[in-house]
Amino acid sequence: MNFWDKLTKIDRRYIFIVVAIGVLMPYLFPMNLPVDITRKVAAIYDYVEALPEHAKPVLVSLDFDPSTAPELAPMTTAFVQHCFRRNIPVVAMTLHPQGPGLAQGIMARVAADMGKVYGEDWVFLGFKAGGSIVIRTIGEDIRQAFPQDYYNNPLDSNTLMMSVTNYKDFSLVISFSGSQIPMSWIAFAHEQYGANVATGLTAVMAADFYPYLQTGQLVGLIAGLKGAAEYESLVDTRLGHSAEVQKLALEGDKTAQKEAQLLLSTRSTSATRGMDAQSIIHMIVIFFIIVANISYFFSLRAQKQEGRK
Amino acid sequence: MTRTVPLVIAFLAGITMIIQFFIPHQFSVDFLAWMNRWALIILGFATLIGLISLIKINWSKVMKKSSNWGFSIVTLIAIFTTLFIGFVWGKEDGSPIQFEYDYVMMPMQATMFSLLAFYIVSASFRTFRARTPEATLLLAGAIVVMFGMVPIGKYIWGDIPGFAQWILDVPNMASKRGIMIGVALGSISMSLKIILGIERNWLGGSD
Repeated sequence: MNFWDKLTKIDRRYIFIVVAIGVLMPYLFPMNLPVDITRKVAAIYDYVEALPEHAKPVLVSLDFDPSTAPELAPMTTAFVQHCFRRNIPVVAMTLHPQGPGLAQGIMARVAADMGKVYGEDWVFLGFKAGGSIVIRTIGEDIRQAFPQDYYNNPLDSNTLMMSVTNYKDFSLVISFSGSQIPMSWIAFAHEQYGANVATGLTAVMAADFYPYLQTGQLVGLIAGLKGAAEYESLVDTRLGHSAEVQKLALEGDKTAQKEAQLLLSTRSTSATRGMDAQSIIHMIVIFFIIVANISYFFSLRAQKQEGRK
Repeated sequence: MTRTVPLVIAFLAGITMIIQFFIPHQFSVDFLAWMNRWALIILGFATLIGLISLIKINWSKVMKKSSNWGFSIVTLIAIFTTLFIGFVWGKEDGSPIQFEYDYVMMPMQATMFSLLAFYIVSASFRTFRARTPEATLLLAGAIVVMFGMVPIGKYIWGDIPGFAQWILDVPNMASKRGIMIGVALGSISMSLKIILGIERNWLGGSD
């Protein structure tokens, strides 16, 4: 067995070690690579920005479980923060059976950080089995799908829900998911009931949804950790973390200091930090693919030469 | 009887729902709401049947000491523990079930999913070879998209993000549309076969 053959059959544990180091290094030594904003992410941000303050609520469906949370939780957090900053109420729900714990955690934490009141600024409806049936039922009357909220309060005991009947009473519907559920949101909430629908997806799912983006059936699309980092970056820019507020705070302006403190305490950067690790991992994958192909060709050539002998 | 009645229900429900979709009359809208309520109730029972079935299968595995029956014990303990703490202490923030979710379920699922990264790198190393022109094209496309999807890509070559987006927007989208149209036609065909009683596998058992 020559060198190239040995390289082709390298023990996978060495590969695992390289991957582990590749993931850990950026957390120990952050690179803080700037993230470019893409149109599909900016479209959602601009849509929310264009809504008037105290607009109709946004329906956020957290259709994911813990396995896809590292990609989807940061974008959900950034989006909900954006809505709350603009004083746009949020109605949260989930169509994933493992979603309630996660959804409740994210919503309660962001709302508490930003001083939002349950029942007035946000409501959590919990989980309902049925997927597309639930989506269609909300189109008729949300009370039929969710007679009570997650905490067993009648829906109308929440001030926010008193004026909500169906999709006409929502500014935007957004589904964060690692599955095909957003397809049902497009097919029923958008096509049948005319709701404006956006989605946040895991990177592997995103390619399936580009056609809907191009046809205008989706307002925008946040794809994977990069999309989440883009949204974080957009929210960050709007909040002025890096510019004026910090400058004024440093100059001793008390109001700016307070604002900067509040902004920094509610700042979400988990996706941005994760992008460094993802950059390294992508480079490692590409490196291994190139090495594997070089060794494959040399190994093949050696075999042919031996065959001729 | 056990096969005819479900077939008739499927036929009537399927046909009426297709007709309903094209009639914007109030009666039709009310009918849809009524059917949706029915569907939600049936789904609730289906979830319950799923749970009972899961318990029965795992219980039987433990009783018979079938292969890997130890895992069935873990499954049963997890089901009953979760049900118990959920029913006793509720599901509010800070409740034991939220604790279980945050500190048992989340780390376990995150760990399982994170392991994928290791296996993907290993699998790419072993299988992603430029054996044919098509495979070479796929390989080149994958490398460009992988570089284009991370911030470091533009430092390697400034046009990579744009090129990666073009691959996603044009060739990828063309092939996706083709697949989607094929899947949609297949779904329509399968739905019609079920509604008309030609496809009967969903009934279970034998004819």
